[in-house]
Amino acid sequence: MDATIDRRRQGPLHPVNAFLLSATVTLFLGALLSDMAYATSYQVQWTNFASWLIAAGLVFGGVLLVLALVGLRHPDRRVRRYLLYVLILLATWVLGFINALIHAKDAWAVMPEALILSVIVSLFAGAAAWLGLFKLRAGELA
Amino acid sequence: MKRPALWSVIGSSVLLAACSNDANLPQQGPADVGPQPVLPKQQRGLLPSMTIANPAQWGEQRPTVPQGYVIAAIATDLRIPRQSLVLPNGDILVAEGKGGGAPKLTPKDVIAGYIKAQGNSSVKGGDRLTLLRDGNGDGIYENRTVFAENLNAPYGLALIGNQLYVANQDALVRFDYVDGQTRATAAPVKVTDLPSQINHHWTKALTASADGRFLYVGIGSNSNITERGMIAEVGRAMVWQVDVQTGAHRPYATGLRNPTALTIQPATGQLWAVVNERDELGPDLPPDYLTSVREGGFYGWPYSYWGRNVDPRVRPQDAQKVAAALVPDYALGSHVAALGVAFSLPAMGGEFADGVFVGMHGSWNREKPVGYKVVFVPFREGRPAGAPVDFVSGFLGTDGKTRGRPVGVSVDPRGALIVADDLSNTLWRVTPAP
Repeated sequence: MDATIDRRRQGPLHPVNAFLLSATVTLFLGALLSDMAYATSYQVQWTNFASWLIAAGLVFGGVLLVLALVGLRHPDRRVRRYLLYVLILLATWVLGFINALIHAKDAWAVMPEALILSVIVSLFAGAAAWLGLFKLRAGELA
Repeated sequence: MKRPALWSVIGSSVLLAACSNDANLPQQGPADVGPQPVLPKQQRGLLPSMTIANPAQWGEQRPTVPQGYVIAAIATDLRIPRQSLVLPNGDILVAEGKGGGAPKLTPKDVIAGYIKAQGNSSVKGGDRLTLLRDGNGDGIYENRTVFAENLNAPYGLALIGNQLYVANQDALVRFDYVDGQTRATAAPVKVTDLPSQINHHWTKALTASADGRFLYVGIGSNSNITERGMIAEVGRAMVWQVDVQTGAHRPYATGLRNPTALTIQPATGQLWAVVNERDELGPDLPPDYLTSVREGGFYGWPYSYWGRNVDPRVRPQDAQKVAAALVPDYALGSHVAALGVAFSLPAMGGEFADGVFVGMHGSWNREKPVGYKVVFVPFREGRPAGAPVDFVSGFLGTDGKTRGRPVGVSVDPRGALIVADDLSNTLWRVTPAP
């Protein structure tokens, strides 16, 4: 996608990935906050919000994951840190998907699994963002 | 030496258990049926179990009826027939319509809604009443007229004297009716509005008290189990008593999740209902039921089911309401989706003279489908007595295809059971063989 640009002149993360990564973290974090609101208020609208936020997180995170996996084709990205980044993204998405299924239960049936998984997914998404935005060297990411 | 002996002991006990099970099977039906159903533990996997009807045409096939009875289609190509009413002159009125349209609140609503739609007819609801007449009593209903149209998902029907009452999904309305009339002479008059916001369970069941002073209206809950919020459930999941003269109403009984059909017991004047219970607690939980409806009674929804079995999905919980919950009279089986109820008459003949017929639309929230038939619950001394007997079956074929889904049932005093089928859009009539 960036064949005409010298990747090594860019920052650590391509802007598209940076955008997707930020969106994913924000959406999953929003779901966590919504779950916390439901857990303390019993107002089901919060769990509805969480369901949609997770669904959107899976869309953005899914595109990001695909780009990251495609990026594995480049020999210069087959370094441990990049692999770790991809693995964390994968874990985020898989756990996020399970969380979406949990959130499809009715009313309080989502608890406490929904809250626990939202915490874990948010931590994983945060870790992926931290790695992606701050720890990967220039050129390690598409 | 020890090990083989142990295994043989285990083996033979397993065999014994298997034999005793087999020996018992023919006598006992499913455990979640009857006056004292066995309630298993609640369970729900990561995905809800779903088996959706796979629709097919009847072709030359017909539903199965007991020996000594015959079945005929007396009207086809209806537009989603739900409930029927046999008028004093023998004419049959059929309410046709498709209501609901509750907003989709979650990704689940979108996905599950699409999947469930596959098991239903794609015909547009008629929003009308069709009248059928058999002029010469030969069992062929040769005259068919539209009695009234432009209604709003009509469902429950009741006649008091020369007033015909129709429960639309949003209002109870009234037509003037004289014997032999085939078409309404004027637009309906509204008796009272009915709860219609969201309308997750939109059907409004209807029956008239024996003395004709009151109408009873069944109003379903606005969710499976409060997932649209507690506020959405105000005024829902109950049976109203409506004063015919004034249109004033009061809750007659509450905590009935979805009272889909109401009827009056002929000998006693007692109100009875079939009620659809909640989903996603497991394949054999909780049973839909048939019950006499006690005035002022609370039947558990949403806090508990089958009496005091607490549903943990409801928050905030209410221990006082749970403690007050009545146990219904008779479990029909979990997920069978009972949508029709009618008391039988001696004219139905033989072992089907005393009891009630129950139309079962059939399950979705269960791997192995149940329902998809009309059963007869035998009565003795005014109470259910004995296991349900299949009266009309074969809607779900042995090939796994579903050719029809029973909804409302009504008994013609001349000795016939009328069954509305909203998948094949047919009205069936079962009679003792001549």
